[in-house]
Amino acid sequence: MSHRSDIKSLIWGAILLLLAASVPLVANGYWMSIALTIAMFTVLATSWALFSGPTHYISLATAAFFGVGGYLVGTGMSDYDMGFWPMVAIAPIVGAVLAFLIGIATLRLSGVYFVIFTLGLAEMIRTLVSWIQNNFTGSRGLYVLTDLTEADIYIYLVILAAAVYLVGWWVNRSRLGFALRIIGNDETVARHVGINTATSKVILFTFSGFVAALVGALIAPRYTYIEPNGVFSPEISFIVVIMALLGGTGRLWGPIVGVIPFALLQEFINANYSNYSTLVMGIAFLVIVYFLPKGVVGRIEQALASRRRSTW
Amino acid sequence: MDIIITGLLLGGTYALIAFGLNMQYGVARIMNLANGEFLVLGALAAFWIFVADAISPILTMLIVAPLAFLGNWVIYKVLLRPLVRRAKNQGQLEVDSILATFGMSFALVGIMVSIHGEYFTYSYLAEPFEIVGETFALNRIVAFCFAVLIGGVLWLWLYFTRPGMAMRAVSVSTEASGLVGINVPRMSALAFALGGAVTTMGGTLISTFITLDASVGVIFTMKALIIIIMGGVGDIRGAIVAAVILGLVETMVARLIDPGLTLAAAYAIFVLVLLFRPQGLFGRRPT
Amino acid sequence: MVATVLGVTNATKRFGGLVAVDNLSFEVQRNEVMGIIGPNGSGKTTMMNLISGALRLSEGSISLDGRFISSLKANQINQRGISRTFQLVRVLPGLSVTENCMAGMVFGHRRLWGDQARYEAGKLLERVGLSGQAAAAVGSLTYIDQKRLELARALASNPQVLLLDEWLAGLNPTELQEGIDLIRSLREEGITIILVEHVMDAIRSLCDRCIVMAAGAKIAEGSPDAVLSDPEVVKVYIGEDV
Repeated sequence: MSHRSDIKSLIWGAILLLLAASVPLVANGYWMSIALTIAMFTVLATSWALFSGPTHYISLATAAFFGVGGYLVGTGMSDYDMGFWPMVAIAPIVGAVLAFLIGIATLRLSGVYFVIFTLGLAEMIRTLVSWIQNNFTGSRGLYVLTDLTEADIYIYLVILAAAVYLVGWWVNRSRLGFALRIIGNDETVARHVGINTATSKVILFTFSGFVAALVGALIAPRYTYIEPNGVFSPEISFIVVIMALLGGTGRLWGPIVGVIPFALLQEFINANYSNYSTLVMGIAFLVIVYFLPKGVVGRIEQALASRRRSTW
Repeated sequence: MDIIITGLLLGGTYALIAFGLNMQYGVARIMNLANGEFLVLGALAAFWIFVADAISPILTMLIVAPLAFLGNWVIYKVLLRPLVRRAKNQGQLEVDSILATFGMSFALVGIMVSIHGEYFTYSYLAEPFEIVGETFALNRIVAFCFAVLIGGVLWLWLYFTRPGMAMRAVSVSTEASGLVGINVPRMSALAFALGGAVTTMGGTLISTFITLDASVGVIFTMKALIIIIMGGVGDIRGAIVAAVILGLVETMVARLIDPGLTLAAAYAIFVLVLLFRPQGLFGRRPT
Repeated sequence: MVATVLGVTNATKRFGGLVAVDNLSFEVQRNEVMGIIGPNGSGKTTMMNLISGALRLSEGSISLDGRFISSLKANQINQRGISRTFQLVRVLPGLSVTENCMAGMVFGHRRLWGDQARYEAGKLLERVGLSGQAAAAVGSLTYIDQKRLELARALASNPQVLLLDEWLAGLNPTELQEGIDLIRSLREEGITIILVEHVMDAIRSLCDRCIVMAAGAKIAEGSPDAVLSDPEVVKVYIGEDV
């Protein structure tokens, strides 16, 4: 039975992938830009949910890794005359190392300490990087000049998204995924059935750091001019969390359900009421906590399940 | 020497702010990430009233405190109590309250930015004052004295009155407190409201010598968190010691290395605490 | 094969000023059913937590099959062959009944997975009396069925030593008898069992030996009959004589 549903998901996945890849053929500049934003957040939110979904450890570190990726590309190309692609190869490794260090330091402790730590992380790295820039490297902003168009970057992100989905699909059917679900249900029980909870958590968290840094690196050419205040903006962390939770972290394809509408909403707000974007984020958090704790996907699945029960 | 005294003055004021969060997290068990925003509200109020009518921030503090108390009480009852009832375990409550208070903090920042988007600062008692031959800003000293005064009153209340004792009991164990007849929900609401009021008062005090803007609340929340975790959640002595340490370290880093690195320094302390003594200096429960 | 499977030597656990377990020593022989009894607050569950690795010893040592396990973490101790149930039943609400059972056998020294694990889990569920329930939602299980599930999970790792923390509490007379029979049948399969219990019938009918704890210390050791008629033990349960 599981074989058939496996093949079904793979076919669905391939169809959606083809649809996504064909967007540049039909989209004009404005919609292409939005599609790029959606692709970026899809990768970020899905890789975020791979760790934070089952374990319930809300990571706010996405902006830190994303910023590290973008910043490495910026400084590599501006200050050290490196090419774009070599930096794109280095960035996720640095992101992964950073995530690994943070993980082993904070994941042995309760979820609250982890959240708090990641809350200030992007801000702290930003001040550190600004300080280093001001006192040592001299330059304020970094230029990233490439031949890549938005459509090119979009395709790379779609490929990355496919890779993340594949990894997620594999993890969900593996012992590691099972371990994470158990950890999220009851960490004490997890330890008592032989799971090394720290290792499991660190592996997934390192992966999410790797991906976020890679996204930051890939999308750097879009902004052309990288500066610490922009690329380490904590907003990115919050938006990723909102999108993933809004869609629902119970399913691999849950986060994208949150990404698309919220990205469109953001676009609308920024265009017309940009003063209120922070307020909108606050309301989104409150809506999630009080009305959609399992996200839209979770709520729909709940409704379907109770419908099924009541037809007996 | 001058660094040490300035650091102490700063630490004392930080201690008051951390006191507020300590009550909210240690007693009501709510990790209130909107705590810093209430601090900014207190500061904003002081600014407006001072600029409009030249009324001393100290007076503003007395006006603002009951308002903050009421506001936080309402927030607890309306927004947070449903989460407490809904949560199946402490871990879930913490995640829910983090997300909910996050939402509140954003909403508050959004509202404040649309009302007053720029930095605000004002000059109150910005005169030099001499202690042991060195000069310090009078406003810092006054802020410190009031922080000590308020903290002292609260400490006396917690340790020498019945309701204070009940509150300390709830911070040790909600179950056991309920079993000995303490009305835990009411105590939690009281703690949350009181904590919010104290933080807001701290904000008024700190606005006398620090420039703030609407979005800076999160940094103060971080610092308060670092302090209470370093001192041991729920422990008052610990929080005071930790606040003083933070104040000293920040002042030293700002004067001797670079003012831009104060947050990084605070963070470094936080990491060290998490790595080596996660229950804090005076913490109760080993993990 | 060494006869002593679990050795506790001078175990002490302090929480700040409170001494929860006070210089406790005892040995459990292979395939024995050892009971730990005592009034509430005497440190029984703390002792279980020390054995399973949920808590660390302040002093003393614990050894399994002659090798020290006192500095190991809970997951490592589980891998060495100790499983437990919890005083307040901890089933995993987000997983199915079968998955709850499988959880015990995937990560331990057995490392089963996939169809084979599901098959073995099915057999275990039958063993503990949950045969019809493999598809049920964990939240809809009755209290005793949740306990059975937890037991199945503990057995899934094929442990040498099984720790049962008040597993028979809260059961009606019929369920109690079923529970006692189940534990007896487990013992017949060769498992060593340590029981923390308050239900005296169970202690008398199941345990080969008992130790009695009061205020963290051992105040008696021996067969259930001997221990339950010891005047010290009676005093500790019922109070000073009238």
